[in-house]
Amino acid sequence: MHEAAEVAPVDLHAAKIRVFKLQDMIFHKVTLLFALVVLAGLAGILVSLAVEAMPTLRTFGLSFLWRNVWSVPDDEYGALIAIYGTLVSSFIALLIAVPVSFGIALFLTETCPAWLKRPLGTAIELLAGVPSIIYGIWGLFIFAPLFAEHVQPHLQKVLGDVPVIGAWFAGPPIGIGILTAGIVLSLMVIPFVASVMRDVFETVPPVLKESVYGVGCTTWEVVWNIVLPYTRVGVIGGIMLGLGRALGETMAVTFVIGNANRITGSLFSPGNSIASVLANEFGEADPGLHIASLFALGLVLFVITFIVLAASRWLIARGTARQGR
Amino acid sequence: MPATSVQIVEEAALKVRNLDFYYGDFKGLNGINLDIARHKVTAFIGPSGCGKSTLLRTFNRMYDLYPGQRAEGEILFNGNNLLDRKQDVNMVRAKIGMVFQKPTPFPMTIYENIAFGVRLYERLSPSEMGARVEWALRKAALWDEVKDKLQQSGLSLSGGQQQRLCIARAVAVKPEVVLLDEPTSALDPISTAKVEELVDELKADYTIAIVTHNMQQAARISDYTAFMYLGDLIEFGKTDELFVQPKAKQTEDYITGRFG
Repeated sequence: MHEAAEVAPVDLHAAKIRVFKLQDMIFHKVTLLFALVVLAGLAGILVSLAVEAMPTLRTFGLSFLWRNVWSVPDDEYGALIAIYGTLVSSFIALLIAVPVSFGIALFLTETCPAWLKRPLGTAIELLAGVPSIIYGIWGLFIFAPLFAEHVQPHLQKVLGDVPVIGAWFAGPPIGIGILTAGIVLSLMVIPFVASVMRDVFETVPPVLKESVYGVGCTTWEVVWNIVLPYTRVGVIGGIMLGLGRALGETMAVTFVIGNANRITGSLFSPGNSIASVLANEFGEADPGLHIASLFALGLVLFVITFIVLAASRWLIARGTARQGR
Repeated sequence: MPATSVQIVEEAALKVRNLDFYYGDFKGLNGINLDIARHKVTAFIGPSGCGKSTLLRTFNRMYDLYPGQRAEGEILFNGNNLLDRKQDVNMVRAKIGMVFQKPTPFPMTIYENIAFGVRLYERLSPSEMGARVEWALRKAALWDEVKDKLQQSGLSLSGGQQQRLCIARAVAVKPEVVLLDEPTSALDPISTAKVEELVDELKADYTIAIVTHNMQQAARISDYTAFMYLGDLIEFGKTDELFVQPKAKQTEDYITGRFG
């Protein structure tokens, strides 16, 4: 009796430990499984894209990337037009969005009166939450006509005769086109870039800022010389996030880019982006080379996004190394 | 009892008159009156929250960065009231430099850390700038340690070196006054000793105001000491006298370690 009483709790204890260990092990395995889902999903997408794209890759080889043709009747496909449209419209988007976002973030963190901070911050977040289809219909029905009537003719008048640049603004001002797509994209990207920039600007230690103000700097000098270098990693990250969104944006771009399979060199002319080609053509694509080429385009977009990500990592790593941190 | 009478000391670099300070509705300083003597070290001591850092931060209008903080009264510097709305804050800060509790090297090279501030106000040729950087680093007793790595990041230095870099940076723009806000509180004893030595050398050319938690430090390096408590200036006088024969009971209690 006495002995049993002494042994029992010990056993109980050991049993409990075993249960705990088992729970821990199960918990570990379950979380591991969830983590693996990410990898499996990524690999699955990549593999299925590659497999479906095989016929195209076999027919055109790597030249698919720079073939300047996309003709369903002739069954001739190349990615250049879509890649061009994607990259140019995204580049325009960033060209507009980055400085504007920088200004927004700068205002919010450095000079905004306290009472305006919250409403403005919320507005930016709301802007980020607007569904892309809304930007699309707004772009097509409101912005494009206004742009065609009031902006494009003037752009053409002012810049049309300038060598090199003039060619970008040639052609009829019809409102829709690559430039319009870029501008609408920039609106969609601004809230993302601005809110990331604001968040990273806020991570600058107040005492560091005070010490810069302490040598007699103006707000601009503080931001340009200290805040920006200090937050460089985060800022690049924010821009890349915006770029990623611009590259993959489908609905809004499809509405305003014009969906023409040609490259003219003018930003006024309609074009196509990878995402808009996919959205437009998947529905009625015939099995065979057409479908395979669409998958190949998807693969190209995947790779471009991956390259953007890798490039940003590299930029960040290089910058960090140079600073000696 | 707050000391309301103005203590006239030698030639004053800064004259504080009836200074009140508010954090929103909270009053952080009550009617401060004192003179900061030119080319001397004035120390501010007192328990945490007594207002000594607040007072220091009024001297270069650092509180301006924060909405809701405001100062009333006068701080006279070369005949101008620093608290005047029309006063150019950037100019004030160029003339009245500041070093903070924690070392705050800018995210740039050591050379640029010094040159940056100088470039804001002076146009120097590269050779002049090089000479100025060396001069400032020598003033801060840092030159020999960094002369071979001026192009490395300021962040690569040790904590003590970083703090001396900050002092060099403050000195480089040739200010008249240098404010030190607990400059050694994040440093090891050896670095602290170096900074203290430095303060002693710098006072030949600059007026120095230092806030410190460390009473021994105040006794070691300062010519004048102000003891503050709960936003009041309790006692102000020559350091030798204040530490040996404090006039106020609270000062005595504090310096003998009975509270604080």
